[in-house]
Amino acid sequence: MAVVTYRDALTQALREELQRDDRVFLMGEEVAQYNGAYKVSKGLLDEFGPMRIVDTPITELGFAGVGVGAAMVGLRPIVEFMTWNFALLAIDEVVNAAAKMLYMSGGQYKMPMVFRGPNGAALQLGAQHSQAWESWLAHIPGLKVCTPGTPADAKGLLKSAIRDDNPVVFLEGEMLYNTKGEVPEGEHIVPIGVADLKREGDHCSVITHGKMALVAMRVADDLAKEGINIDVVDLRTVRPIDVDAIARSVQKTNRAVVLEEGWEICGMGSQVVDFIQRECFDDLDAPVLRVHQEDVPMPYAKNLERAAKPDAGKTVAAIKKVMYLD
Amino acid sequence: MSTEAKQQPPAQKRKEKGTPSDNGADAASAKDLAGTTPEVRRELLHSMLLQRRFEERCAEAYALGKIGGFCHLYIGQEAISTGVMSMIRPDDYVITAYRDHGQALARGISPRAVMAELFGRDAGTSGGKGGSMHIFDAKTNFLGGHGIVGGHVPIAAGVGFAIKYRRGNQLCICFFGEAAVNIGAFHEALNLASLWDLPVIFIIENNRYGMGTAISRSTANEDVLIRAKGYRMEGESVDGQDVFAVRECMARAVERARKEKRPTLIEMRTYRFMGHSMSDAVSGTYRTKDELEENMKRDPVLVLHNKMYESGELTEGDMHKIDDEAKAIAQDAWDFADASPEPPLEKLYTDVYTDTSS
Repeated sequence: MAVVTYRDALTQALREELQRDDRVFLMGEEVAQYNGAYKVSKGLLDEFGPMRIVDTPITELGFAGVGVGAAMVGLRPIVEFMTWNFALLAIDEVVNAAAKMLYMSGGQYKMPMVFRGPNGAALQLGAQHSQAWESWLAHIPGLKVCTPGTPADAKGLLKSAIRDDNPVVFLEGEMLYNTKGEVPEGEHIVPIGVADLKREGDHCSVITHGKMALVAMRVADDLAKEGINIDVVDLRTVRPIDVDAIARSVQKTNRAVVLEEGWEICGMGSQVVDFIQRECFDDLDAPVLRVHQEDVPMPYAKNLERAAKPDAGKTVAAIKKVMYLD
Repeated sequence: MSTEAKQQPPAQKRKEKGTPSDNGADAASAKDLAGTTPEVRRELLHSMLLQRRFEERCAEAYALGKIGGFCHLYIGQEAISTGVMSMIRPDDYVITAYRDHGQALARGISPRAVMAELFGRDAGTSGGKGGSMHIFDAKTNFLGGHGIVGGHVPIAAGVGFAIKYRRGNQLCICFFGEAAVNIGAFHEALNLASLWDLPVIFIIENNRYGMGTAISRSTANEDVLIRAKGYRMEGESVDGQDVFAVRECMARAVERARKEKRPTLIEMRTYRFMGHSMSDAVSGTYRTKDELEENMKRDPVLVLHNKMYESGELTEGDMHKIDDEAKAIAQDAWDFADASPEPPLEKLYTDVYTDTSS
């Protein structure tokens, strides 16, 4: 298998799907001439031309709506937000239009489109540029929400998202674009809604998604040296959520830590814990703990930012606590 | 308005004609009457009367609890829907806001299906899942009924984008009220439509009130058309109570969309004869009864009726016949909707997602 970056894996997915279906087009700020703010669309303008790789003004609400309209009449838009923080200006088109069109129209108008871009904190970008939006978006019936953490999942899920006839929210990570991993050669598809057991162990389950999957794998590798073996359940998509995969793991380990990048209140972890208490009540040997961003806007100062973010140390501490080892 | 009001004696109509209109549009359009055949004029009258009679029944059904939620009536604005739809092709697209019943009927959507949707029944346009504000009909390229002011205006630009992408020569009509010109979505959509040469006709139905707020209290420059200039777009203001003026203006905009692939912004000056929604009394607290009555003298149905009557092509007997037909269709729609079953409970969970992929 070839080792490629998360960025290149996404570019491969875009290129392959643009080649496969001429109804697919990419639209967003700086996607064409600039090659993408994060270079995910590098080279695509040259290959596909300006009608399919479309530079937009800074007008999130406008071009998100253009994507919705184009999808309504049969095109398959990929709308890139330079970051999901900017997508808040366009959220009416995502939530009130794309997510509900099929239902409001009694099944008459499908929304085959993808809204994609980086999500979550990078380094010292401050409060307005460092936020994880998945729990907001996963709240909405009608949307699917993908949160790939590895290059292989990024490629396989993006291809599924582009082919899906529903509106798919695709959350990438600025800190992930340069990470590397093996990606299968040739056609590689990851189905939406299927979790992946990224590490196997029977002492504790760590249930996570997105960028935090990398943290969880690192923690698993470190703890293995201490003789603690954990399951890492990478949800990969947070709507739909693979409840069966969560239940299988927790029923095996009897302990769980839920790790996410976002805030605590109404976070993805709240939902996962709810599934666990419903599906695995009699299996639990300890209360489920959560690891998440501290309940503050993201600070700028390096030390404060580090303290605010969920990390390996906090995850290890939570695992040891549910194992009554602390 | 009542049938009686439409059958006022000629003296009343002469007085009406002598009243200075907004910009002499009545005089201008008298010549345009010749541009249509008597058959077309009858169709226009029938379309407008159907909307009127249908919505009168909507108000009645609402009072009886057969229609719930929000229900925004179009009465007073029918020359716009009828005039616009009469100038476009079946393969063109139409998207609108929540005051959508009249436009749906003028586009040719089944009155039965629209009424069934309002009644929340399985045979409705969206199987009862949409309601008054969300009429959709794929067969006539009617892209909805949207409930967030201005939210659908960028969607219209997207439809225009798709037409351009496929090198088609259709166009997209986008209706919205004058209050939408103050919302960001309107501006973002107009900029993109002009920047990218998209075949979209943006129609401001200026009925002078955004809910209960007069345009003078909401809009720094009441000349809403000036916003076209800000986006290097052609614009035109027209008497929206005169179906011929609407058609004439549309002819230019349609030509521009099809041949030059350029968008147009049109202000159609009109007036809403009913409240904003069913919870709002007809004249409300924000406009006077005198103002309402003054505007009702330029009822669009009356304006068309008078022209046809004066030209000698329409007798009162003809008028009765057309009106009776409209009433019969509205009654049939009511009967159909009333007899239609509610959506089965298992449909609660359908249409959230489609299980298809490409």
